[in-house]
Amino acid sequence: MSSPDRLDLIIDAVVAGLRGTLADQPGSGTGSGTAAASPPPAPPPLSVSAPSVSAPLTQVMKRPEAGSVKTPAATDPPAAGSAGVDGPDVTDPTAEARRALPGVNDPRDPRALEALMGSTCARIGVGRAGPRYRTPALLLFQADHAVAKDAIYRSVDQRLLDELGLFTVKTRVADKEEYLLRPDLGRLLSDEGRQTLQERCVKGPKVQVVVGDGLSAAAIEANAARMMPVLMHGFAEAGLATGTPFFVEFARVGLMNDINSIVGADVIVYLIGERPGLGRATSMSVYLGYKPAPGLTDADRDVVCNIFDGGTNPLEAGAYVVQLVRQMISHQASGVKLKLATMGQAVGANEGRAG
Amino acid sequence: MALRTKLFGRLYEFRDLRELMGKANEEKSGDRLAGIAADSAAERVAARFVLSEQTLQTLFESPAVSAEDDEVTRVILSGVNRTILEEIRGWTVGGFREWLLADTTSGDAIRRVSQGLTSEMVAAVTKLMSNLDLIYGASKIRVSAHCANTIGAPGTLASRLQPNHPTDDPDAIRAAIYEGLSYGCGDSVIGINPVDDSLSSVKRLLDMTYELIATWEIPTQNCVLAHVTTQMAALQQGAPIGLIFQSIAGSQAGMESFGVSVGLLDEADALARKLCFTAGPDYLYFETGQGSELSADAHHGWDQLTMEARCYGLAKRYHPFQVNTVVGFIGPEYLYDARQITRAGLEDHFMGKLTGISMGCDACYTNHAVAGQNDVENLAVLLATAGCNYFMGVPMGDDSMLSYQCTSYHDTAALRQLLRLRPLPEFEEWMVGLGLMKNGVLTERAGDPTFFLQR
Repeated sequence: MSSPDRLDLIIDAVVAGLRGTLADQPGSGTGSGTAAASPPPAPPPLSVSAPSVSAPLTQVMKRPEAGSVKTPAATDPPAAGSAGVDGPDVTDPTAEARRALPGVNDPRDPRALEALMGSTCARIGVGRAGPRYRTPALLLFQADHAVAKDAIYRSVDQRLLDELGLFTVKTRVADKEEYLLRPDLGRLLSDEGRQTLQERCVKGPKVQVVVGDGLSAAAIEANAARMMPVLMHGFAEAGLATGTPFFVEFARVGLMNDINSIVGADVIVYLIGERPGLGRATSMSVYLGYKPAPGLTDADRDVVCNIFDGGTNPLEAGAYVVQLVRQMISHQASGVKLKLATMGQAVGANEGRAG
Repeated sequence: MALRTKLFGRLYEFRDLRELMGKANEEKSGDRLAGIAADSAAERVAARFVLSEQTLQTLFESPAVSAEDDEVTRVILSGVNRTILEEIRGWTVGGFREWLLADTTSGDAIRRVSQGLTSEMVAAVTKLMSNLDLIYGASKIRVSAHCANTIGAPGTLASRLQPNHPTDDPDAIRAAIYEGLSYGCGDSVIGINPVDDSLSSVKRLLDMTYELIATWEIPTQNCVLAHVTTQMAALQQGAPIGLIFQSIAGSQAGMESFGVSVGLLDEADALARKLCFTAGPDYLYFETGQGSELSADAHHGWDQLTMEARCYGLAKRYHPFQVNTVVGFIGPEYLYDARQITRAGLEDHFMGKLTGISMGCDACYTNHAVAGQNDVENLAVLLATAGCNYFMGVPMGDDSMLSYQCTSYHDTAALRQLLRLRPLPEFEEWMVGLGLMKNGVLTERAGDPTFFLQR
């Protein structure tokens, strides 16, 4: 990218945001603020139905404290299964406070272990039973996998699409199972969809925004409403005329080529749900292409991925997308070509100084 | 040449080698997606009967894409030792299978014959192998390589430490590295898939991992898996790189979809030899996976197994330090369920070794495939017995950035203790020196990431 400084700023902002935010999903895998240093859980065997065996109930129930590594922002919706919904005799082993409990027996530095665990959403500090997982960590993994599996077959809420003023077109895919097995059909608009775009879309805009369900309706529901205003405002401010935004059901990334054969935009900005991660189905990507057309591939595109609270925040990502679109238009390129163009510029500048 | 057979009195006929090769495969959703899979289970086996009678010469003459049109084909053909080819050209594919499995055929003999093979021959014999054939055959072949340390020696099992993070936060990544090292992972490479593959971000991660390697004097290599052009730019600007990575494909069109070419990989290899901080001489790291050519419409009507074999044929040109298939990453439209993922993992590993490259496997799945963690644990056991050079090591197998699941730090430790395998020799010595491993088993201190806060 040509503006590493700008990117650094964004990353810093996102990281700062991360430190002050708790992921919005139950079972997101994001380690959160933890109760004060708790003793390591008792050695196995552990009973899952009686989690108080592994830690005193009072500690399990304790809300994350202010000043701990991460605390939930006041604006975040309470996560189902967070410590707050636990009754006195019903604990939820997927609650953030429980996730943050270290599993290492007799760590060298217990406080540092909690800090390390708090610094990442990765499943570290989990300890071991011989070379295998401890029981609570194993079952927590299975719980997170279970909710991701359960989330896959849902559709995007029509109320959200109404709220964003998006009409819907379909690809040539008939249902979710066909969507999973036939990506080729998800890269082509249905005949009806083509006609709808012919009739309803402004032709030849600088920027065309498209929203597609992709592999996660939840990702669109969690991020699209927050990103769309940033994009529209950003494009308006940059003086870039935008086309008529719409939603596509059963959409694949390569569909942007087919779409642009009708709308003829300079740049397609395409929000799409990523395949669900463990315990997290809310990650969205934005794919961008300069004058996409049949035959162009991922190498001709750029992508901003991992957009979710806890990854790249949708507001920051939106601002970055606007910046990328401006670069694409000024270099008349995207993907590897854009990278080479911007690198060539940097190298050229250095050579100029040297010469 | 008539490509036909009778089976139970019924005639099965195949138009050409391409159709035959597609139909001889074990069932895979990707071949079905491409419209080239067998129409019935019986037709599949009929195709294998016919394929078993084809000679290696026939396969040599029928590359998936013609040499005039495809630089990957040209690389594969230019790597063939004609003297060895002359010795084996009359073998049938069925006879080749039996030769590979024979007790009188040593690993060294297979390594020699590898030099006379094209990727289509490798693919053809693989289609005739059962799962245990693939495991047994692969176990005979060892391919070793050297960069900062030595990968691939018999009795070793290495692990790529893959500490990815959704915002590339260096502190978070460092924490995951500490955890992985404390389980004995990271001997194949400490390799990060970046979210942000801008030059500044890639350099920051390279600096951080290098500093860690230097501080703890870890006998391993680092790598940030950005596009190869970004890594080359970083290297030219003085960034410390141990291994250079790139995803590759089995056709020129597939390579173009990744934004790379043979010329670019040649340049990367030359630059690595000039600027990487590691001893070498094997500086490259490739990833592949069945279905990537089809997904880029670059398969030329050929089946995904054959296109995958061609990736290995291309990789061989560079004698890479390591190559792994990312076998379940591509999704259910190519490998639908655990059975197909397992089969493809065994095929890819066998094909890589038969081609003569240092082969590992990212045994993995996505959440929309019909597979789970038990299935990748199974595959890892099968491949470890087959002598796989390395697996991925991810915290509990859950990659928080790539949104998929694969093998874990614990899996590496368990597989070693289960099958009496050791880390790479230089790395084991390092672990023993720190008191994290003794007699091939983790010590009391292992599994505690705070161990690495001492320096």
